Amino acid sequence: MTKGTIRKVAGPLVVAGGMAEARMYDVVYVSDMRLLGEIIEIKGDAASIQVYEETWGLGPGDRVYSTGEPLSLELGPGLLTSIYDGIQRPLDKVRERSGDWISRGINIPGLDHSRRWEFTPTATVGSAATGGDFLGSVPETATVEHRIMIPPGISGTLAWVAPAGSYTIDEVIAKVRTASGEEVDLRMYQKWPVRRARPVQKKMAPTEPLVTGQRVIDAFFPVGKGGTACVPGPFGSGKTVIQHQLAKWADAEIVVYVGCGERGNEMTDVLQEFPEILDPRSGKPLILRTVLVANTSNMPVAAREASVYTGMTIAEYFRDMGYSVALMADSTSRWAEAMREMSGRLEEMPGEEGYPAYLGTRIAEFYERAGKVHCLCSGEREGALTVVGAVSPAGGDLSDPVVQATLRVVKVFWSLQARLAYMRHFPAIGWLESYSLYTENLRDWYGKELDAGWTALRNGAIALLQEEANLQEIARLVGAESLSSEDQLTLFTARSIREDFLHQNAFHEVDTFCSMRKQVRLLGLIMSIHESLSRAIGAGASPKDLFSLPFRESVARARYVPENRLEEIDRILETAGSEIEGVLEQTARAGEGA
Amino acid sequence: MIREYRTTVEISGPLMFVENVEGVTYEELAEIELPDGTIRHGRVLEVNESMALVQLFEGSSGVGISQSVVRFLGKSVELGVSETMLGRVFDGQGRPRAPFDTFPPIVPDRMININGSPLNPYARDYPAEFIQTGLSSIDGINTLVRGQKLPVFSASGLPHSAVAAQIARQARVIGEGESFAVVFAALGITFEEADYFIRDFKSTGAMDRAVVFLNLADDPAIERIATPRLALTAAEYLAYQKDMHILVILTDMTNYCDALREISAARREVPGRRGYPGYLYTDLSTIYERAGRVKGRKGSITQIPILTMPEDDKTHPIPDLTGYITEGQLILNRELHKRGVYPPMDVMESLSRLKDKGIGKGKTREDHADLFNQLMAAYSAGKNARELAVILGTAALSPLDQQYLRFAEEYERRYISQGEGENRTIEETLDLGWELLKLLPREEMKRVRPEHLDKYWPAGEHS
Ligand SMILES: Nc1ncnc2c1ncn2[C@@H]1O[C@H](COP(=O)(O)OP(=O)(O)OP(=O)(O)O)[C@@H](O)[C@H]1O
Ligand SMILES: Nc1ncnc2c1ncn2[C@@H]1O[C@H](COP(=O)(O)OP(=O)(O)O)[C@@H](O)[C@H]1O
Ligand SMILES: [Mg+2]
Ligand SMILES: [Mg+2]
Repeated sequence: MTKGTIRKVAGPLVVAGGMAEARMYDVVYVSDMRLLGEIIEIKGDAASIQVYEETWGLGPGDRVYSTGEPLSLELGPGLLTSIYDGIQRPLDKVRERSGDWISRGINIPGLDHSRRWEFTPTATVGSAATGGDFLGSVPETATVEHRIMIPPGISGTLAWVAPAGSYTIDEVIAKVRTASGEEVDLRMYQKWPVRRARPVQKKMAPTEPLVTGQRVIDAFFPVGKGGTACVPGPFGSGKTVIQHQLAKWADAEIVVYVGCGERGNEMTDVLQEFPEILDPRSGKPLILRTVLVANTSNMPVAAREASVYTGMTIAEYFRDMGYSVALMADSTSRWAEAMREMSGRLEEMPGEEGYPAYLGTRIAEFYERAGKVHCLCSGEREGALTVVGAVSPAGGDLSDPVVQATLRVVKVFWSLQARLAYMRHFPAIGWLESYSLYTENLRDWYGKELDAGWTALRNGAIALLQEEANLQEIARLVGAESLSSEDQLTLFTARSIREDFLHQNAFHEVDTFCSMRKQVRLLGLIMSIHESLSRAIGAGASPKDLFSLPFRESVARARYVPENRLEEIDRILETAGSEIEGVLEQTARAGEGA
Repeated sequence: MIREYRTTVEISGPLMFVENVEGVTYEELAEIELPDGTIRHGRVLEVNESMALVQLFEGSSGVGISQSVVRFLGKSVELGVSETMLGRVFDGQGRPRAPFDTFPPIVPDRMININGSPLNPYARDYPAEFIQTGLSSIDGINTLVRGQKLPVFSASGLPHSAVAAQIARQARVIGEGESFAVVFAALGITFEEADYFIRDFKSTGAMDRAVVFLNLADDPAIERIATPRLALTAAEYLAYQKDMHILVILTDMTNYCDALREISAARREVPGRRGYPGYLYTDLSTIYERAGRVKGRKGSITQIPILTMPEDDKTHPIPDLTGYITEGQLILNRELHKRGVYPPMDVMESLSRLKDKGIGKGKTREDHADLFNQLMAAYSAGKNARELAVILGTAALSPLDQQYLRFAEEYERRYISQGEGENRTIEETLDLGWELLKLLPREEMKRVRPEHLDKYWPAGEHS
């Protein structure tokens, strides 16, 4: 073990001499308090170390001990339902050890090594075995089966596998004989360095949407399973609520939520809510499929930098089991700022706004770890890792370097508009500014799983909103009353799309989640009414009479119709139809009378 | 181990470089003795081999290179705390502050490092208890809850002090008589402003339950870096050791940030936006995140930091980064102020992120959330109508838009506006909301659940 001596302490950066043998990204213990750190630069015999804990009280002469290993996670049963800090220290255990405030030098392994798990072998002795192949499984929670895999890089034949029974993660549960005849002991957990992407056989294009239950996303700007999306917006525009909504309702089998440099209370919120909320698909508490990584803004900045990688590595590990995983990172800007802070302390040449020149590369590498994949294994297995990152641009300005670097790599852009948030139109995703590059890829899925007319319906709605934007300019100048009847109808329906479909209250017990089936019906309702109105106007009916019909109120309430009574929405359509019919008859009678 | 050095080699702005030091640690407290015997204080910002970089709290004026003696005290900056702090006024370093306080220093119960440690997110309890401030624009729309950090974004010439003082005076949790105290930190504000608060606390008897830290405009600017941390250290002691509910008012955070910028510039750090250091966000979070509730502990810390937005610009780094950390913001608006609306609360741009769990049945009233949504939608429509009226004239508005316009005016005049001494109960605030909504057609109440609508506005009834 390399031992060095501190020369310099400047905030989270410590420079130690006598480190000629150290390697980049090796983890070190700093001082006799054993504060964790990571080597981020080597010059001569001096290593610059980012320390994951507060550095007060450190000074020149204190010792530094290298572990000779990069920052790695323990991956195995026990990850789910956990809450970790940025370097996988379980925060519940940290609290047991150090009390309500986090003290320094607390080193607790990421997984519980004393807990016993029910292991059932699934692999056959004598068969060929390579990295990623299943050895057996453990019912980790009531909803998730944890599949124990051979770690990447090991192959040979399976020499032995433990019989069904209960084991700790330290017990050997299988042996693989490699080509060289050596026997490798395997346990229920493996270690993996956070900064290295876990290998896959092959990446593929997403072809299935991640259904989120959020109408504006699913209907207008969907993200594919295995895709990437970003949510930039000023403070208070709804980034966190969207991420929480996705973590709650998206049809992913595993959710990893990284609170990176954000508020403590937001993590508390998740911690208190997720055990209570039931997954609409499994009927079991959401927490059972969730892993939380919380390195809040007031926690050490270097560990914040690591937190997104910790989350990503855990997510990849579950993807390797063949699950569809969703990773939420709130906020990637805080990660970028942590990079900026360390880069500044290293006195590197700054790029834009003081961010390091490698900002774009790091962001691209991060999102590149998403994907729909053929998992590493000897057979066929598909997994998907969807990544959604919030971005918090300075002043809400999208020319921010982090936003720009992110937009270059992600395929979906949910643009949060302060204007909408002030009007309390939530989710404040601007329909004119946002985009999804997956809609084409997903077309087949929609055709198969939904109504064949879905894509046309959706495109019709978007077209109306675009037309509205143009008309509003004119309406502002001349007043809406002086527009043609057709244009007035466009404004009427566009408003209904905005208020009765896109607007979605995350805190309403019914509205918070909307199935695809319901989305089709709701949008269908609005667009069918639009057609009827259009016909009525064509036949000479007065827009005033039509627009004040009572169906408006029922349409506004349609989104509160519970999922198990969707036929009520069809009834609203019938009523609206007959009301419009009534106006038409009147018009006809008035015409005869004249 | 106390070590004395006469090896200062450079003084630059508020920074001092001391050579040939040994055993000095990061964040260590230093004492600088000047030739006339006066003592200044500082802390170690960086140690590099045998060179220490010391930040001088009182600034460097009058400090010379050759005559100063620097002593490193072997500990970080600490505050002596005790329950007897209540009713006292301290300076920006925690000493009794004349002329407001002429008593001897307190006898500390214990000494605490003012930087605190990060609260484990797992130990937090979600803030959910409604605080009634008596101001409708807060209670009805941007509800404050116990343990929240909710800043006031103001601008020069706006009545943020009056608003903060009114909140401090009126804030209470319904149906509870628990011990409540105010910790007030003045950061670079004028004597007059500070005096306003202290007189207000005294006249209402709140002073006995207040701890005041003053760093006024003519006090050393660098001291301001420590002052909010002293205040929060006192607050944490009272909240978590003495089970009190503490309201912390920090004013003006803009001055705090400017002091931070001064140090960063003196260190020649690569600046972020507008010359503020890149770590401003992280630094501010170590102040604001000290608000909250802790599982299993009775007390709580609610924070109302006040800041003035330079040039009324909300995207300036100080309000911007604050808004990214705090749980919402109360924004004061110059236009409303000019129209005589007090408090000039911009309810649209203001936000309380924690209100959702603090309102509703058992907290305020079952109709609160829907009523809030409806009021916001109606006010927004009314403001749109007002804009249209400016272009087209009121007469050109549709009858419905005219109704919305009237609603917006009445809403500002009667709901947002209230007296500085007017303390409305939450029922009064909610009932007033319904009364105003009745200026609109009942069919427009799309955001209200039918059962609430029927209860608070029975069909057929019109005001
Ligand atoms: N959800 C939204 N997203 C984007 N813009 C919106 C949204 N809601 C309203 N707006 C915009 O705000 C303005 C008025 O909003 P509002 O919802 O009051 O429209 P409206 O009700 O159709 O107008 P009117 O007052 O004429 O009835 C319009 O420019 C509209 O496009
Ligand atoms: N879908 C939604 N439904 C209702 N309210 C919402 C929704 N999205 C956001 N909000 C409101 O906006 C506030 C700010 O949202 P948040 O996600 O915390 O913003 P950000 O993370 O962008 O700063 C929330 O506290 C909530 O009151
Ligand atoms: Mg957020
Ligand atoms: Mg309107």
